[in-house]
Amino acid sequence: MKIEGKRSIWKEYQKEIADNRFFYVRSCVRQNFFPGSEKTFLRIMKDELNKDVYENAAHTTCSGIGYHSDVVPFETAMTMVARQFALMTEAGYENFTTSCITSFGLYSEILETWHHFPEVEDRVREHLLKATGRTFTKPANLSHASDVIFKFRNEIAASGKYRLVNKATGNPLQVVEHIGCHYSKMFPSKGVGGAEYPYVLVGMIEDWGGEVIDYPERRHCCGFGFRQYLVQANRGYSLACSKKKFDSMAPYKPDFILTNCPGCPMFLDRWQYALSEMEGITYGENGLGIPVLTYEELAGMILGYDPWDLGLQVHQVPVEPLLDKIGIPYSSQRKFLTMDGKMMGQPKAPSHLKFYQHE
Amino acid sequence: MGKLYDKLAEDVRFIEGLKACLNCGTCTAICPAAEFYNYQPRQIVDILQTRDDDQIEALLKSETIWYCGECMSCVTRCPRGNAPGLLITVLRSVSQELGYFVESEKGRQQLAIKRTVGEWILKYGYCLYPSEILPDMHPEQGPVWEWEHENMDAVMHRLGANYKKTGPGILRKIPQEDLDEVQRIFDETGGTERFRQIEDFSRIKAGEMGISLEDGLASDYFRHIYTTNNNDHSKDA
Repeated sequence: MKIEGKRSIWKEYQKEIADNRFFYVRSCVRQNFFPGSEKTFLRIMKDELNKDVYENAAHTTCSGIGYHSDVVPFETAMTMVARQFALMTEAGYENFTTSCITSFGLYSEILETWHHFPEVEDRVREHLLKATGRTFTKPANLSHASDVIFKFRNEIAASGKYRLVNKATGNPLQVVEHIGCHYSKMFPSKGVGGAEYPYVLVGMIEDWGGEVIDYPERRHCCGFGFRQYLVQANRGYSLACSKKKFDSMAPYKPDFILTNCPGCPMFLDRWQYALSEMEGITYGENGLGIPVLTYEELAGMILGYDPWDLGLQVHQVPVEPLLDKIGIPYSSQRKFLTMDGKMMGQPKAPSHLKFYQHE
Repeated sequence: MGKLYDKLAEDVRFIEGLKACLNCGTCTAICPAAEFYNYQPRQIVDILQTRDDDQIEALLKSETIWYCGECMSCVTRCPRGNAPGLLITVLRSVSQELGYFVESEKGRQQLAIKRTVGEWILKYGYCLYPSEILPDMHPEQGPVWEWEHENMDAVMHRLGANYKKTGPGILRKIPQEDLDEVQRIFDETGGTERFRQIEDFSRIKAGEMGISLEDGLASDYFRHIYTTNNNDHSKDA
């Protein structure tokens, strides 16, 4: 095929991502489990890229986890989302970017629903006005925060201190990328690369010096499944999905897993621990796991931010082996210190999975 | 056309999700739930296409509709633009409205989700809240989460959160006037009514089953629905 033909086809998989002036909404899962990632996103956007990113303290959950576990009706979720749009409108912004993939999928679903059923949008506008007195304009541009980091990946690489290269061998690191299902499986045109060739994380990995592993279960769900994790009796579903992925990727000896959804890194991290306790399985070498990173953490590592400022100490699968491979310095003594430098105690070591404690 | 089918078809998600299924089974082939549970999204769509009320009622009372994880992988793959995962959301809504959800072990779990995620949305403005994610209900979270739980204020402060404080930021305290708006949205749009239905039908079912149900997460019925698995759900069972 001629290169012009390839470019023409590839155009279908592109998405427009705003350049500046973002209205930022947070993720429930991210804030609970990887808060350092959202901190890092804003630090990169403001300090490195000089972008205008605004957060309104009045924004709330979009209710997406409640919606997809079916306790929150669609009508309610739509009106919760409409309120977020109203806060954006009132603040004078039109580029909406969200930290959460469940939210991103829900925003996409709702905008698509309103496009096909304008009467539903009218009804939601009435609900919102009646409940809150607010009105809104729909976003001119909707992005997930990983889209934004993808857009500026070359700028991050240019001012970066490190690349995804094994310091000892000089070889590119081998990386598994995992895309959250609701990023583009429902609405392929809303994601970079669509559902067939998601490129949002691949672009970061390749342009930051690593190589992507293509393995059989690459597109399988991490297993969140909403109610399948939220209720203890159902968690076998969630664990089984993650295990299927680990078993499939392990022969390729990944140096780490990169994710763009808030939930996926938590499950891929915690289920490695659970499998080690249940069956003695560890997926890395010598009792180590496969480190799981958020794209914000990885961008921060490339830029040379302190690993403990990124929040890598709250990973159950230790990230130190990856830091060692790249040659990123860290202080073991400072891993579990408070902001004021006081020792907080430290987590217990798991039975099988190796863990790096305070020395 | 049956009355239950008409009720399902009132939902725009049903109109979007069900065009014309040719029963190819591609959705089942890609479905993570079909691999784990005795579940086939193809069969769900097939039953809906019959428009037969008896079959649809049985479906609404079944374990089957609760097996889907709503990952929506089926949406990408359907060659006819159907969305079985979206149809599941409609079936689950109607099952709760009519009280059919309490007729299945998996359906009864809706009370557990309402009393956790559902109530946290109204109480905190977040679907999840760290002080509520208890290590004994989440052993899979491991020793790091236990340690975080014991040191939550200090850990959140170290990681740059604005935990429980005013102003913008991670896990900030969302102002009461904003939580009041969320409550009014729920009142206006059926969210409060959904919660009431889940509570009311669950209370009746708990009585039938002879299991005590009080408020909160400590009662026998909550523990029962949160932990019980009859191990008859998998495809190998």
